[in-house]
Amino acid sequence: MKTKTGFGIGFFASVLFLLTFIPFGPTNSGLKVGDIAPDFQLKSTSGKLVTLKDYKNVKGYIVVFTCNTCPYAQAYEQRIIDLHNTMAPMGWPVVAIMPNDPSVQPGDGFDKMVERAKEKKYPFEYLLDDGQKVFPAYGAVRTPHVFLLDKDRKVRYIGGVDDNSEDETLITRRFVEEAIAAVEKGTEPVPNMTKAVGCMIKVKK
Amino acid sequence: MHMRKLTLMAALMLILSMGKAQQVYESFDDFAPLLAQTQNDTTYVINFWATWCAPCVKELPYFEKLHQAMAAQKIKVILVSLDFRKDLETKLKPFLAQRQISALVAALVDSRQAQWIDKIDPSWSGAVPATLVYRGSQRQFKEGEFENFEDLQQFVLHFFDPKN
Repeated sequence: MKTKTGFGIGFFASVLFLLTFIPFGPTNSGLKVGDIAPDFQLKSTSGKLVTLKDYKNVKGYIVVFTCNTCPYAQAYEQRIIDLHNTMAPMGWPVVAIMPNDPSVQPGDGFDKMVERAKEKKYPFEYLLDDGQKVFPAYGAVRTPHVFLLDKDRKVRYIGGVDDNSEDETLITRRFVEEAIAAVEKGTEPVPNMTKAVGCMIKVKK
Repeated sequence: MHMRKLTLMAALMLILSMGKAQQVYESFDDFAPLLAQTQNDTTYVINFWATWCAPCVKELPYFEKLHQAMAAQKIKVILVSLDFRKDLETKLKPFLAQRQISALVAALVDSRQAQWIDKIDPSWSGAVPATLVYRGSQRQFKEGEFENFEDLQQFVLHFFDPKN
């Protein structure tokens, strides 16, 4: 009887504890390293409708959630172009997805995306997450946010491109390139997750 | 002696050129003590923002209002700008001059963010805005913006609950 009461109090205490702390705990669901990422079909600034399975002879995909308007996305724009130019010939193309709601962030409208892609000569597909279904499924929260998938769409790395957003000369770790090298060697990337400052993905309230 | 005088002059000139209340932290290690004032009973409200972040700019007045409304309390509101170093003079400074913000403004320009985001809060993805409130060992963190002033006030007020 005594134990039962003890259990009861303990149980209520833990429920209370959960109720108190859950709202402030981590809220990000979405993909984790090791999960299989869902494929998608999104329209590209190139005019194509893009699906990952349509890529031929690839070893994996560098899926980057990015946009026109975020200064951090802009700071990484050339680095993402360079990343594609270096890695795509090795079988690792960049697939860029713009996750913001253009009605909240007009600078990220599809026409503006087309303009940007043309102006900066994006060598990769730049896709609109029309209806904003893909970014929550991946668990992207900011721009830029990288998800490195292998050819089976298994998530191998999540995070930033490298360890210095502002000054390229001070980069000491190129996380995405290092992760690809690790996967190609048949090992686990270290780290397989990093954090970076970025802009929150814009959704309608 | 001469050297010391020069250093002092240089420091003074630097302070004057920075304008009011704008402290620049080049390294996270220098900033970290602001997160660890746990030996007193002051409530620290630390908001991470940037001039380029629209939702951040929208909620700044809520923090300014909090700072003014609770001036009689043991509370310290610190607005930590994550603007790029190159933008401090050209963007942050004019922004602050225009806004007349009386809460303390600091700039954290340590661009090795992957190393320090977790130290602010392990649940933080790195997206701004984000807000940390703490007093002693009590901590609360929020990623994302506050809907309005009352929303922010609610978030902070329970640190002043007599039960705590």
